[in-house]
Amino acid sequence: MTAVTEMTSMPSAPATRRTPKATFDVVFRNASFLAALLVLVLLAGIMLSMVIGGWPAFREFGLGFVTSSVWDTQNDQYGAWPAIVGTISTALIALVIGVPLSLGIAVYLTQLAPPWFKRPVSTAIELLAAVPSIIYGMWGLFVFVPLFAAYVQIPLSNVVEGMPIVGTVLYSRSPSGLGIFTAGIILAFMIIPFIASITRDMLEQIPSVLRESAYGIGATTWEVVRHVLVPQAGVSIIGAIMLGLGRALGETMAVTFVVGNANRLSASILDPGSTIASRIANEFNEAMGLQLNALIALGCILFFVTFVVLVIARLLVSRVKRY
Amino acid sequence: MTMTSATPGSSMPKSLPHAEWGRVRSGRRTADRAMKVIATGFTFLAIFVLFWILGMLIVKGLGGLSLATFTQVTPGPGTEGGGLANAIVGSIVLTFLGILIATPIGVLAGTWLAEYGRKSPLANLIRFINDILLSAPSILIGLFVYVILVEPFRGYSGWAGGVALGIIAIPVIVRTTEDMLNLVPGPLREAGAALGAPPSVVITSVTWRAAKAGMVTGILLALARIAGETAPLIFTALNNNFWFSPTLVGGVSNLPVTIYQFASAPYENWQQLAWAGSLVITMSILLLSIIARRIVRGSK
Repeated sequence: MTAVTEMTSMPSAPATRRTPKATFDVVFRNASFLAALLVLVLLAGIMLSMVIGGWPAFREFGLGFVTSSVWDTQNDQYGAWPAIVGTISTALIALVIGVPLSLGIAVYLTQLAPPWFKRPVSTAIELLAAVPSIIYGMWGLFVFVPLFAAYVQIPLSNVVEGMPIVGTVLYSRSPSGLGIFTAGIILAFMIIPFIASITRDMLEQIPSVLRESAYGIGATTWEVVRHVLVPQAGVSIIGAIMLGLGRALGETMAVTFVVGNANRLSASILDPGSTIASRIANEFNEAMGLQLNALIALGCILFFVTFVVLVIARLLVSRVKRY
Repeated sequence: MTMTSATPGSSMPKSLPHAEWGRVRSGRRTADRAMKVIATGFTFLAIFVLFWILGMLIVKGLGGLSLATFTQVTPGPGTEGGGLANAIVGSIVLTFLGILIATPIGVLAGTWLAEYGRKSPLANLIRFINDILLSAPSILIGLFVYVILVEPFRGYSGWAGGVALGIIAIPVIVRTTEDMLNLVPGPLREAGAALGAPPSVVITSVTWRAAKAGMVTGILLALARIAGETAPLIFTALNNNFWFSPTLVGGVSNLPVTIYQFASAPYENWQQLAWAGSLVITMSILLLSIIARRIVRGSK
């Protein structure tokens, strides 16, 4: 609106009428078009650089690069399997913990919070997203990990030791607190703000007539959420979850701090492991030759996995509103 | 009119404690209560974690913070004392380099989407790809810049770091610019065009002006986003313990990578500095985000 007032006050200034230059118009239009095209070029460039950079490793090991569990820098043998499993399992643990929390927060913000309390709570949740990933790593490593080892991991290991299945999945050989599960917990808190704030916006967009009519026939708040709101926002909530998954898959610093960076694959989710991103962050600066190609090839796998996840997420979310 | 003037709550008898429930089955009542308690509990858990992290930073970081933190350079292995001056300045340089690269590109691209491309298939594609870049893992952007700028020039540089941060910032700026331009009412553009102004003049002196606050917010948000990025800098600007060269060639010290390297180092002064650095960086970023939020609220 400021523009309007400024334009009406123009005549009082000395009339210096500029004839608009046609060249500026063309230049501006083309410059902005090129800038927009650059977005496409960037994505294509990232994809190409990953494929080309990782090509020597793919050529050397073929499909074995994905399925092999060996990561031997001495003999130049590289396999991505432990890192792939680590990436997927940390991300899934993050979803299992983070999704219920996020949905609970979204429901609280839209249905339960007193009006004056909504804004500070929303801001606090969104600030969780602003905290740099490395700070989550510090918090995880120096505050959360010791507590987790002492109060969860060691007691749990004592209880499940020797039990079938549970004794393998939940038993930790070195109860240091570091591991796949710890990384999943930290990741859960990192993806909460994204899932929660999108879900909140989705729930807010649902016409209140729907809610009111459900209340009108005697539904409780829980029933309104379960039978009216969730089905209405269902697809976009799944989109929001996929968006969180995309974040969790590629998160680097926080995971590198707490995942334990073990190269072997363990049957227990409480044991140290590594993810694609953590391995790249750990080894990249010392890597040479084929190891460097293998790390970029890992990045290539990460790129295609997150790309597919994000495409699905965007398609689902965009049905309602752009995010 | 007289019937609607009564508020719904006032018709309920206040004396009965469970009047609102009527004859609701106890199972439904319990489910409802449980959901309310769980949702509230989850929300407070998330807020608790935020304050736990902030509390940790203040407790551990404030002790390491002194004047020397801002005046001395990062210490080498086994050296006493030291500060973070070079890392802080390096971070500021890299972040602003990133914003300097990203702002013109992001603003122009967002402008094209909102003003020229609009609903065309190409614009929709660019919008979609931009949204994907927005949440692409930053480590991949670091690798990309490594491949195109570090490997060919045989060395880490601040320029590569700035470009990496810029690439992370571009989608944020594109997105907010387009959103903000879309909020500008069409008649404003038509009024400009009616005065005989070509599209470029209408955009630069009418639309941009009307959307200025929102666009600045987008740039601030991008600034907050890239200021704490660590992963892409490991492969591009790296780090060092000295004042970096003004040409930005070679490793440029920066706060996030310094924190990463110092946090789990065996030297006590390094750990102290890592905590002090964490406090500085987090508080700056949270402050930036809050300021950006204020501007958005003010412009509405």
